[in-house]
Amino acid sequence: MSQNYYPEGDSFRQSLSGRYRIANIWQALFLSALVIAVLSLVALLYNVIDGAFGYVAFEYKNDPSKFTAKPLDDLTRQELLDILKVNLSSGAYTKLDNEKPMQERSGSVLYTLVLERLIQIDTKQTWSMTDSILRSAEIKAEIAQKYPKAKLEFRSWLTPVFLTTPMSSKAEFAGVRTAILGSLWMVGIAILFALPIGIGAAIYLQEYANKNFINRVIQTNINNLAGVPSIVYGMLGLAIFVRALEPFTSGSMFGIMDSNGRTILSAGLTMGILVLPLIIINAQEAIKAVPDSLRQAAFGVGATRWQTTWHYVLPNALPGILTGSILAVSRAIGETAPLIIVGASTFISIDPSGPFSKFTALPIQIYQWTTRAQPEFHAIAASAIIVLLILLLTLNAAAVLLRNHVQRKY
Amino acid sequence: MQNTQIPEYAIETKNIFIFYGAFPAVSEVNLKIEKQKITAIIGPSGCGKSTLLRAFNRMNDFVPSSYLTGKILLHGQNLYGKNIDPVEVRRKIGMVFQKPNPFPKSIYENISWGAKINGFKGNMDELVEQSLRDAALWGEVKDKLKKSAYELSGGQQQRLCIARAIAIQPDIILMDEPASALDPISTLRIEELMQELKKNYTIIIVTHNMQQAARVSDYTAMMMLEKDGSRSGTVIEYSETKRIFTNPKDRRTEDYVTGRFG
Repeated sequence: MSQNYYPEGDSFRQSLSGRYRIANIWQALFLSALVIAVLSLVALLYNVIDGAFGYVAFEYKNDPSKFTAKPLDDLTRQELLDILKVNLSSGAYTKLDNEKPMQERSGSVLYTLVLERLIQIDTKQTWSMTDSILRSAEIKAEIAQKYPKAKLEFRSWLTPVFLTTPMSSKAEFAGVRTAILGSLWMVGIAILFALPIGIGAAIYLQEYANKNFINRVIQTNINNLAGVPSIVYGMLGLAIFVRALEPFTSGSMFGIMDSNGRTILSAGLTMGILVLPLIIINAQEAIKAVPDSLRQAAFGVGATRWQTTWHYVLPNALPGILTGSILAVSRAIGETAPLIIVGASTFISIDPSGPFSKFTALPIQIYQWTTRAQPEFHAIAASAIIVLLILLLTLNAAAVLLRNHVQRKY
Repeated sequence: MQNTQIPEYAIETKNIFIFYGAFPAVSEVNLKIEKQKITAIIGPSGCGKSTLLRAFNRMNDFVPSSYLTGKILLHGQNLYGKNIDPVEVRRKIGMVFQKPNPFPKSIYENISWGAKINGFKGNMDELVEQSLRDAALWGEVKDKLKKSAYELSGGQQQRLCIARAIAIQPDIILMDEPASALDPISTLRIEELMQELKKNYTIIIVTHNMQQAARVSDYTAMMMLEKDGSRSGTVIEYSETKRIFTNPKDRRTEDYVTGRFG
């Protein structure tokens, strides 16, 4: 063994620097991959926020001086009420009063009503946030020249009122209340439907099923179903829930007569089917990760399969199962295609009252607004996207908190 | 599982073969395990020691495609008989595993859970205390029964697992290398505990550690892969431990216990 086959001294150091060079190239590649990912996320967020704030130029169709001598912003609640009472037709006033008594409405709501019903706003042009900040003077000059009567205002399209008002055909007065409620109902039904079934299927596949041909085929199919395009699930939902099970999904089975199968229930069940493979696969992974020594400990003291599963496997797998349901919620809340096919309404101003209501959902609302020609609708679409993202983060945060709470017990 | 006639042996195997698929992992084992004695199963890795041990409480049932031919008799009754429920077998034959595997519950619940699911009707506090005393753990844990079992050291956890096994009052306790994951002091305590336990229980232990087998066991079964290259293990010699280690009949046993064999 006198022969030395390894490089020593300088030649070793030379080969070492070569190894470092390759390592550095790879490291730079990984870093740039991360930078690209972060940049695209930032671009996405910027794009959305850019659209949701900015200058808007508008004219009053009817001059406010027709209704009051004071500046609009100085009007008291009572004065606003009087203006509405005097200037609205009695039919229109009674209708509003029936929806919600006028006396109970807040000042800001009355103010909005005055703007919407009497003065009527005509939006001439909107600008993105970046434009509004960087080209402020230019915009002002342009407006003064093009629309001498127009007012220019820096506006946040995302306001508390935007969250609490229902849909409207005028972008300035439209809100996402019905869409948020529709989305929440739908995700709730989807999770209630898919979580028990998904966990049950995962328990069967992991703890009970033999490794035979049929079960392997089932397993492969579940894995593939997770990748099926969502529009296919929409077709499935249309055929099964909207059409075939219409007596159930429309509620006519339960004596509700005024709707067809295009209800929140159909949408929720369709979403449930869509997220089912996701939940099954994640629950299976979580159950697989429960150490066998724990099962053996339970079997060793004479537990049955079910006692072992219920007392040890499931509690241990619960955090992983909840992770799966977080992914499922995220998927369900953002899906648009199946909802279009199942028949979400694009214009609906009544809150959903239960599983048999007609409905709309945030992605549908966003999609519908972005396809409109008027730029002010693009601004509220951007605001609705922010609402969707916040809703998504809130639901995820709730699930993460729940998971951490469950994890701490062990 | 009742028989009025008092059997001579704690448990007997009659010509058992244990298969994984078509391949017999253990062939032709005939053992008569003495009551209230410690029987060690020794042999090189992969010769089927653990497989044989797990056959006694039907733990191999969980391995898909495994099955057993022959009979294992407890109180004269075949544990692999048609109307025998494996859950009942495990109730009668407890097990302690290689790595301590307490339940992710409190120390108290680690003992009480097995009793509860098996319909224990007596005073649970007394049972917990007695089991922990019998496992020589009571003094160390009596003030923290509500604490998680995971807060105990490895050796304490293993004694808790022994307490858990004896709490359901089995006839036989199986131990699968119970000290291999423990330090020498914890190992010693487990070995001392086994000497206490054999006053009331029959113990069968699998061990890699020749000295441990010599120290603790009364009888020893030597397992070895069969010579014909079939990769199937069998018991080549079974007798009193003293004899196995001083005057073995089989040449292969002698080579193994004296360290001349891998």
